[in-house]
Amino acid sequence: MANEGRQVVIPGQVLGDISAFRPGRGTFVENKKIYAERLGVLNIQDTFIHIIPLKGRYEAVVGDFVIGVVEEASTSNWMVDINAPYPALLHVHEVPWEIEFADTEKYLNTGDTILAKVLSVDESKKLQITLNDRNLFKLKGGHLIEFEPSMYRRIMGKKYSMIEIIQKYTRCRIKVGKNGRIWIDGDAEGIHKVLQAISKIESEAITFGLTDRIEEFLKKDAKDVR
Amino acid sequence: MTIVPIIKRDYITKLAEEGKRIDGRDFNHYRKIEIETNVVNKAEGSARVKIGNTQVLCGIKMDIGEPFPDTPKTGVMSTAAEFIPMASPDFESGPPREDAIELARVVDRGVRESQVIQLDKLCITPAEKVWLVFIDIHILDYDGNLFDAASLAALAALLTTKVPVSRFLKELSEKDRASWQERLLELYTIPGVDEVPFGVDEADPKPIKNFPLPMSEPPVSCTAVKINDFVFFDPCFDEEVIADVRLTVATDHKGDIRAMQKGRSGSFSKEEIQKVIKGALDNGQEIRKKLYHSIGK
Amino acid sequence: MKSDMELITSEGKRRDGRSPEDIRKIKIEAGVLHRADGSCYLEWGGNKVLAAVYGPREAVPRHTQNPLRAIVQARYNMAAFSVEDRKRPGPDRRSVEISKVISEALERVVLTEQFPRASIDVNIEVLDAEAGTRCAGLTAAAVALIDAGIPMRDIPVACAAGKIGGQVVLDLGKEEDNFGDADLPIAISPRTGEVLLLQMDGHLTLDEFNQAFDLAVKGCHIVSEIQKKAIMHKYQSAAAEVQE
Repeated sequence: MANEGRQVVIPGQVLGDISAFRPGRGTFVENKKIYAERLGVLNIQDTFIHIIPLKGRYEAVVGDFVIGVVEEASTSNWMVDINAPYPALLHVHEVPWEIEFADTEKYLNTGDTILAKVLSVDESKKLQITLNDRNLFKLKGGHLIEFEPSMYRRIMGKKYSMIEIIQKYTRCRIKVGKNGRIWIDGDAEGIHKVLQAISKIESEAITFGLTDRIEEFLKKDAKDVR
Repeated sequence: MTIVPIIKRDYITKLAEEGKRIDGRDFNHYRKIEIETNVVNKAEGSARVKIGNTQVLCGIKMDIGEPFPDTPKTGVMSTAAEFIPMASPDFESGPPREDAIELARVVDRGVRESQVIQLDKLCITPAEKVWLVFIDIHILDYDGNLFDAASLAALAALLTTKVPVSRFLKELSEKDRASWQERLLELYTIPGVDEVPFGVDEADPKPIKNFPLPMSEPPVSCTAVKINDFVFFDPCFDEEVIADVRLTVATDHKGDIRAMQKGRSGSFSKEEIQKVIKGALDNGQEIRKKLYHSIGK
Repeated sequence: MKSDMELITSEGKRRDGRSPEDIRKIKIEAGVLHRADGSCYLEWGGNKVLAAVYGPREAVPRHTQNPLRAIVQARYNMAAFSVEDRKRPGPDRRSVEISKVISEALERVVLTEQFPRASIDVNIEVLDAEAGTRCAGLTAAAVALIDAGIPMRDIPVACAAGKIGGQVVLDLGKEEDNFGDADLPIAISPRTGEVLLLQMDGHLTLDEFNQAFDLAVKGCHIVSEIQKKAIMHKYQSAAAEVQE
């Protein structure tokens, strides 16, 4: 993608006319004009205008992999914080274990961390998540950190290139939730390196070649360790 | 309530066993401390203190009022702290709760019991009029260790406070002025104090100028927490919320202990307490330097 | 005696040297707090204001929830040390009223229908007060909302006009507020011109009101530009990071 066009927009800013463009996420239409509704980066693909947010809570989308922290266990479900405006419900039918009535706490309890998938988002934004899929489970050990959900793509890199490089050089197991949470498992040195790399990605305003820079950084660090 | 994930808690303790902390600090080290004074024009003195991401603002207001009957020649000080909802998603509006009251009282004791403010120099007319000193602590951003940030902000604010004589002059009768003048001259001729800190017109001597709040050497507070037998100074939020027990130790420039407060339901051994005192003395020296530097000394 | 104070000379010079249509100096910084979802620090003349936003998050207690949209709850608070005579901590009737009118003004521009049952909490702390704190507070709150990534129709902005010594002037200063003839704080949506907040006290003729209103709107547009600059300053460089 070209460098120009990476423009910051703010609420109320005019982005175009509906005779020429189609309004997408993060925009609204008033008197045939398209406006930005939130702080973000303008993205125009052909005639389609949308805003990639720079800040804000995670907006759940069905199918997203998220990292949740259990807030509360009740008789037939759990309430799970997924960094969205609302807690998500995890029903006993949506876990891979046979759970007897009121036995939920034995499996998941307050403070437990899970890798889950968004199952549904209804009209009133009520959220449900599930553990019934491949690669979904309760996380054990390791460390959990948070990031701006809008940085997700940057942290993953093109075709997961960034995250693969970080895993390779740190020998850590990493799970990135779309909801702005990262779980890292490895030795303390490796985890520390991952944290440094993530904060470098978050803070460095580099348009191109960030993946290479991060690789350089990790390589150099690896030598220092030896 | 913010729920700390168990894996984060476990990670903090696992790191501790390797002698490490989540932000890479040594057990005894503080985060970066920044002190900025005179940040509020309307206050008689003010300071904003940052310890890492924790941010506290303290403002001093003064007024004239009646002394307590049992201390007719002594000024009056009071301390209040507000845990405003701005500072944390877990703080709620409403009257101060026990955490805020404990914090205010610990800061208050650190100042009061060490006679940091020379309250005896704040008497205008015995049994009638004395200066009142209000210390108000505003928590702006909570990332752990409010005790140290709040007490440091209070000290920096007090050390830059000017008694607002000119504003209150009209409220003082001739008798008040004469009485106060007498007391000030008496007090400021004590040996070692060579500077009369208020404006004296030699032809017509009367206290008219604002003058610095009379202060003594302040003790500096240092706080440590214990997590699974490991003692960390200056806990960040993640460490503080999982800590079993907390100890604040205020030490003076001579190396003596001037105030202590243990908090939380965990416990310390005598050896651990001594360890905290040692760390408080070491860190206190450094923080004292920063405090003096911030007020230009 | 003070009420006879000359607030404005016959040449139109005000006590702080401003001419009738001059606004005080304004400084805005976005994103200054760590815990809050969005924040803003603002200096406006002698006013110093901090605003912090939390949310959208599930509104508690539950009975405050609206099943169709989010509620916007502003809380305006003056620090005890922000005024000449120490203010007792905690809400008084004045701050409750100001909180209410600011909440209502902000609710009009926030796209609340996107977050049913949620609450968007806006905390405004006045740290140093010198006339016009509600305008300063609302202006800071708007920037904090943007910084929190809250979807909005526009960036609301506030400014006051008033009357001193028989003349209509912009943005009353300290003595002008205390001893002037009228004060007219307004908040608008600068894009549409909609009036979001309006209060007035004192005495104005219809002509004077029209003149003061237009002047206040003009002031709002000046402040609006400073708001936008502050946001851009914070986020322009961050933009490059978002997507490859």
